[in-house]
Amino acid sequence: MNYANLFLVTLPETALEVAALLALVMDLGFLRKAALKMRVAVAALLGVAGCGAALWTLQCTAGAGISFNGDLLLAQGGFTAVAQAGILVLTILTLLLFIGSTFTRHAGEYVAVVLMAAAGGLIVASAQDLLVIFIGLELLSLGLYILTAFAKSSGKSAEAAMKYYLFGGMSAAFLLFGFSYLYGISGSTNLHKILLESFYSSASGGVPLLYVALVLIAAGLGFKVAAVPFHLWAPDTYEGAPAPAAAFIASVSKVASFALLISISTAAIHLFDGVREMRFVAFTLGTPPKYLGLWIPWSLILTVLSAASMVVGNLAALAQISVRRLLAYSAIAHAGYILLGLAFFSHSNSCANAIIYYILTYGLTTIGAFGVVSVVEHAIGSDRLDSFLGLHKRNPLLAAVLLILFLSLAGIPPLVGFWAKFNIFAAVLGVSAGPVPFALVALAVAMSAVSLYYYLQVLKRAYVMPAVDESPIKAHPVTMVVLLAIAAAVVVLGCFPALLQGWIASFYPSM
Amino acid sequence: MLAWTIYLSFAGALLQAVLPKGKAGLARWLALAFAVAGLALAVAGFAAGMGQNRVIIIDAPWVPVMGIHYLLAADGISRVLVLLTGLAAVAGVLFSWNIELRTNEFFAFYFALIGGVYGVFLSFDLFLLFVFYEIAIVPKYFLIAIWGSTRREYGAMKLALYSFVGSAMVLIGLLAAYATSGSHSTSLIDLAHAGLPVSFQMWCFPLVFTGFAILAGMWPFHTWAPTGHVAAPTAASMLLAGVVMKLGAYGCLRVGIWLFPHGLDPWGFTLLGFIGSWRDLFALLAVIGIVYGALVALAQTDFKFVIGYSSVSHMGFVLLGLVTLNQIGVTGAVMQMFSHGIIAGLLFAIVGRVVYERTHTRQLAELETMHLAKRLPFAAWAFVIAGMASMGLPGFSGFVAELQVLVGAWVARPWWTVGAGIGIVIGVAYTWRALQKAFFSDRLPTPDEHPKTGWPPFAAITWPEYAGVALLTGVSLLVGLYPRILLDTIEPAVKALLAGGGQ
Repeated sequence: MNYANLFLVTLPETALEVAALLALVMDLGFLRKAALKMRVAVAALLGVAGCGAALWTLQCTAGAGISFNGDLLLAQGGFTAVAQAGILVLTILTLLLFIGSTFTRHAGEYVAVVLMAAAGGLIVASAQDLLVIFIGLELLSLGLYILTAFAKSSGKSAEAAMKYYLFGGMSAAFLLFGFSYLYGISGSTNLHKILLESFYSSASGGVPLLYVALVLIAAGLGFKVAAVPFHLWAPDTYEGAPAPAAAFIASVSKVASFALLISISTAAIHLFDGVREMRFVAFTLGTPPKYLGLWIPWSLILTVLSAASMVVGNLAALAQISVRRLLAYSAIAHAGYILLGLAFFSHSNSCANAIIYYILTYGLTTIGAFGVVSVVEHAIGSDRLDSFLGLHKRNPLLAAVLLILFLSLAGIPPLVGFWAKFNIFAAVLGVSAGPVPFALVALAVAMSAVSLYYYLQVLKRAYVMPAVDESPIKAHPVTMVVLLAIAAAVVVLGCFPALLQGWIASFYPSM
Repeated sequence: MLAWTIYLSFAGALLQAVLPKGKAGLARWLALAFAVAGLALAVAGFAAGMGQNRVIIIDAPWVPVMGIHYLLAADGISRVLVLLTGLAAVAGVLFSWNIELRTNEFFAFYFALIGGVYGVFLSFDLFLLFVFYEIAIVPKYFLIAIWGSTRREYGAMKLALYSFVGSAMVLIGLLAAYATSGSHSTSLIDLAHAGLPVSFQMWCFPLVFTGFAILAGMWPFHTWAPTGHVAAPTAASMLLAGVVMKLGAYGCLRVGIWLFPHGLDPWGFTLLGFIGSWRDLFALLAVIGIVYGALVALAQTDFKFVIGYSSVSHMGFVLLGLVTLNQIGVTGAVMQMFSHGIIAGLLFAIVGRVVYERTHTRQLAELETMHLAKRLPFAAWAFVIAGMASMGLPGFSGFVAELQVLVGAWVARPWWTVGAGIGIVIGVAYTWRALQKAFFSDRLPTPDEHPKTGWPPFAAITWPEYAGVALLTGVSLLVGLYPRILLDTIEPAVKALLAGGGQ
């Protein structure tokens, strides 16, 4: 391993960390006496500049990644680069939303934590080694716990952070336990080597332990993406965390975690691509053929998580009266759709692209949704459904943004959410058109029909039901610009779906 | 040229959305201008397309990765239905002249819906068609929920969920067809030639057909229609019955029957002795819809529910015509789509606007005591004409359409005709009953109902009402007296479609 090379590859992360330190120094060193608004703006803009610099370095460092003793540590290019660029863009948006908020006096610290968590996200998205994965995940998660607790004057925020932290700690333990089994079986921490080893060791009878390890890892990562049954933290955290932090958790952390899941699935599928014919080997005549390797059990676990998330997320969302909790359950449901794409993964880029497309557009939309919720909450003091009564009179522009974003989440064309779902479902059926994937896609489509009901519940209050109070709601101009930009992006990307697909495809080396 | 109907409508929607509030008059005239311009384009496109087969309007790659094209084209069926949409849009604007609440938003949703409808009728790409189909769902919800009447939120949500479940079924079917065909094009023309496996068509056809037929009001999935129609504001009920239900029927024909022709083949066994294929099953449902819709209409106490259930009955004729699969039956079905679009629009306009805005009740029992024939002669005579058209009297468009469906059904399976015939007879009865009760009853009000100082005069009939009624009756009469004007355009297109996609 060459340290100069390592430095080059991790330039984006470095840029983020430098920006984080700069934000701290500026805020604590030079702006002690300045007004809070000023400090928040300076810190956020520094953060944005840091993300911008990271994006720029990302362009420059396109290479083959970094290896140690021939094992890949950090990957580059392809879906990793897309996910990293997505993480940075979404971080910029959440930082811009922070400018309009007033929940904390510690502007510099907030921005620094956001940037460090984003750096963790970048590492997670590119990591190919168990240790690096774990370090990235912890960097990301610790940042998220702190962000959740950032509204110090709110009891809910502290409660949410505590719950999130306890669940998170437990799931990290599961993950680490699973990793230790994998290491014990294969003697390596590199994803690709582990999968190769597991293939041989399962031939010699080590299978049960491998399956235990897989289940443990699925529990750990299922927690990160809020898949049922590891979802219990999500509604509380989404409800209690300050809105920009909740937007960050719902978007950036999801992108990073799903990028990791794509890495694992890609590693697994690549291996079996080479040895597809050997997956079933009959050792002696008379005994049934024995399955070798990890892909099918892994795919089975993902399928179960996916179906459970789709059903539970959508049905539980129906009963919510808090819009943030509603968004949390809808996030669980969306995670279910994405997991379906992962469960029926293929070595061609179409699956990875569909998943990345989904998670990026979902992140974009959900940041916008939290932006709208935060404006309403700031004005009314509650995120109950009834806070949205008469929004179209109180702030028509905000209501229009809400309409576009929620319809996109429901998957109504020609908004981008429709193409996201469509791509995933088409990719799943493209991999295998058998009865099982077909039934799952049918379930997913049916569940998205259910989801229209609860999105309409919010829109109904904004547009249909009479307002109790008709005083206008004011939004911070920067927040409004960000929200309008997001809504415009949702419409434009939806009308021209090839734009984003082309952008994603441009990251892959041409074949 | 026809493609501009779509862009014009969406431009109209956008313009209305940004119009300053409180300028109701401006919003109305703008709406009328856009609707008339759309109609003019539709008429011009119809006239230009006479004697032509399918014409590709625009074909540009849209989602190249999946082979989705932005493919707009028009054949005879499309042209006729685009014409219908243009007419319904103009009439709808005329009959919503009295909307004072959030006028510009009303027209914004209205034109978003119209744009989606134009889009569906002109799309020849599987997924483009679906996208336009879905675009039409959401505005319906808001039109009904905000500007509607009786149980509007319930009616609107029910309609939205039924539509969305239907479109979910369609989407599943379309995705399966896309995955199975393995073709790298989603153009309907290419897929119709792709020759999907028969066993696949067998299960995919009913899925897609049912999904679309939910929006066409097929029994037993029709229950959204009466509640939705009744809850909707007049213009929205006119559009719902006039064009939105046609979207479903059009989808059944254009996607269901064209892409999955073998889905209608016999199963090789029979249920109950007479249902031997999906075709028989859907015909049975259509006949039940015809008779059931008519019977229920006969028992209603709310004037608008009578019309709501009559729509279910009339749409049954469309579905029955489609599954006859012969030239005359399918032509009749398309004619019936046009005819019912005009007549149902007229009926809803009279009941929901002309009568209700003055009497403020739709209960037949209350209308009975009001002597409307004397006090609102225009409404009474307009309803007589509309009722005759709805019963299918010769000279009106409904006669030509229903006759063709009945002949087509006789050719296919005589017992279908018997069922549909019963429906026609009951149709006469419920129209007669509603007409008599609402307008020509001589029942006197009880003393406590009777105002001491005599009846207050009703507001005079306004010019948009005259214009709207004249437009719709005129079209129905014109088509009834000279049906060739449409038939010449429809017949070659139906022939091509039944032949399996060839020109």
